[in-house]
Amino acid sequence: MSRERLNGNAIEIESLVKVYKGAVRALDGIDLVIPAGSVFGLLGPNGAGKTTAVKIATTLALPTSGSVRVAGFDVVHQAAQVRNAIGVVGQNSGVDVNLNGRENLRLQGLIRSIHGRELKQRVNELLEQFGLADAAKRITRNYSGGMQRRLDIATALVHRPQVLFLDEPTTGLDPEVRTEMWQEIERLTHEEGLTILLTTHYLEEADQLAAKLAILDNGKVVATGSPEELKAELEGDTIHVELRADAEDGAIRAALEPIKGIRQLDHDVKCLRARVEHGATAVPIVLQALEAKGLAVDSVSVSRPSLDDVYMRYTGREFARADEEGARKQNPAQEEKR
Amino acid sequence: MRELVGHSLTMTDRDIRRLVRQPWWIVVSLIQPVVWLLLFGPLFKNIANIPGFKAPSYIQFLTPGVIVMTAFFSGGWNGMATIDDVNRGVVDRLLVSPLHRSAFFVGHVLQTSVTITIQAAIIILLAYAMGAHYANGALGVLVLFVTAVLLGGALNAFSNGLALIFRREETLIATLNVFMLPLTFLSTAFMQKNMIPHWIQVAARYNPLNWAVVASREAITPGTDWNSVGTHLGLLALLLIVSMAFAMSTVRIYQRSI
Repeated sequence: MSRERLNGNAIEIESLVKVYKGAVRALDGIDLVIPAGSVFGLLGPNGAGKTTAVKIATTLALPTSGSVRVAGFDVVHQAAQVRNAIGVVGQNSGVDVNLNGRENLRLQGLIRSIHGRELKQRVNELLEQFGLADAAKRITRNYSGGMQRRLDIATALVHRPQVLFLDEPTTGLDPEVRTEMWQEIERLTHEEGLTILLTTHYLEEADQLAAKLAILDNGKVVATGSPEELKAELEGDTIHVELRADAEDGAIRAALEPIKGIRQLDHDVKCLRARVEHGATAVPIVLQALEAKGLAVDSVSVSRPSLDDVYMRYTGREFARADEEGARKQNPAQEEKR
Repeated sequence: MRELVGHSLTMTDRDIRRLVRQPWWIVVSLIQPVVWLLLFGPLFKNIANIPGFKAPSYIQFLTPGVIVMTAFFSGGWNGMATIDDVNRGVVDRLLVSPLHRSAFFVGHVLQTSVTITIQAAIIILLAYAMGAHYANGALGVLVLFVTAVLLGGALNAFSNGLALIFRREETLIATLNVFMLPLTFLSTAFMQKNMIPHWIQVAARYNPLNWAVVASREAITPGTDWNSVGTHLGLLALLLIVSMAFAMSTVRIYQRSI
């Protein structure tokens, strides 16, 4: 059994809408085309709708309206074909903690009608590849977080899928394990030619892994392109300033708004971030303006545009802040849902 | 069809492995029926002396009741494991695979059947040692097993369906408690029919647990009314089918809500 390479588009999403009970509009008309053979990142803060999109594309949840085709099949009307073509690693592990590593892999194989020697061979191959051969007979309840995640990915690959979905694959992992995970994901695309749809709320992760990405915000796609393209759209630099003490309401805005050439300004009481055409020329002007209003500066830095700046440009908010807000909004909703 | 069988057995195998790795659970589920027998037997022993009580001994009368009750609870609590599976993402992982939807539930029912068969065997042997007699020999005993498996299987599918709807242990526990214990006592499991209040007699007629008690008891009592056994087994088979259909329909409900 070998993987058939997909040509053309791995995933086509058209006007996808998902409304939950209580009229929560998780997806508000999404259009996306994801080409085969690369890593596509869905980037967005908590509650942006990433996981909902993945659940629909993997035939788990049903869309309210719109359509999704995966590997050429419709997720609602041809769910069986879609399920044969995909591997899914959800946010919750999906590993059966009462079984050992080998048994978990076997279970996935048997469900996919892989039997006997073929199954044994494939299971051994995956155990080896994901560095789990020594732990194959250990009950997975006792696996470390990183091992469980690796097994998770391995179990999604038993049947050699064409499209792999990774829903926040590194959330909750140590930074060290996260780097390991990234290498693994890179290897999968390069060596195995898999199409991977990866959701993440780590800007760094999207930047590192995704050949192309879509930024999701409040159930809408606000931008698409490669990380480089998106950053290149933002001409100019970003100035970050940290104040020595908290500023009064409106003081920062009052100080900086008169300055020409500040394209965008985002701040809280102590930190501010401004996008300017040329960092080096703008810094002294900004500092002077702040000092003039009695706002003492602790540190200042200039940087090339990051994905965070991209996000801010399209949504008007800082990513980390949106992420926190999203998490706060999401949790009570989840409690209610139960 | 071959795929359905294969998938169901795969799921059963997985469920049994999971049970075997919880030795404490095994100990409890084997000891509990024994406790019922040893507790209720002596507790209600003198009932056999009431004029009009037909069975020769209370243990003789009680045995089918304890088997049925054990099967009822074994099947009924099975949804708890499914809630754990939901929370861990195991159910989602299975639902995005080509696993036959019914195999998920059939697998659980088969696993429960194995458990119930072992539990019933222990009760049957122990009761025999305590003086119970089984009329109709092997056939009577076979009916005991079949009845227990049908009832336990139906409860199992029902419980797993509820688990997919509730997805919260507390809600499932509360719901099951509300009806499982009352149904156990709204029956002739512990007391002869003409010795219980009229309204309970009426309620018992519509109580699946009582169908199982009647079929089992009839099958091991001399002068068996096989018509009654057949009818009640038929009703239980029907219940299993309805439960299964209910469970299957909850998959859609689950998929809509996530």
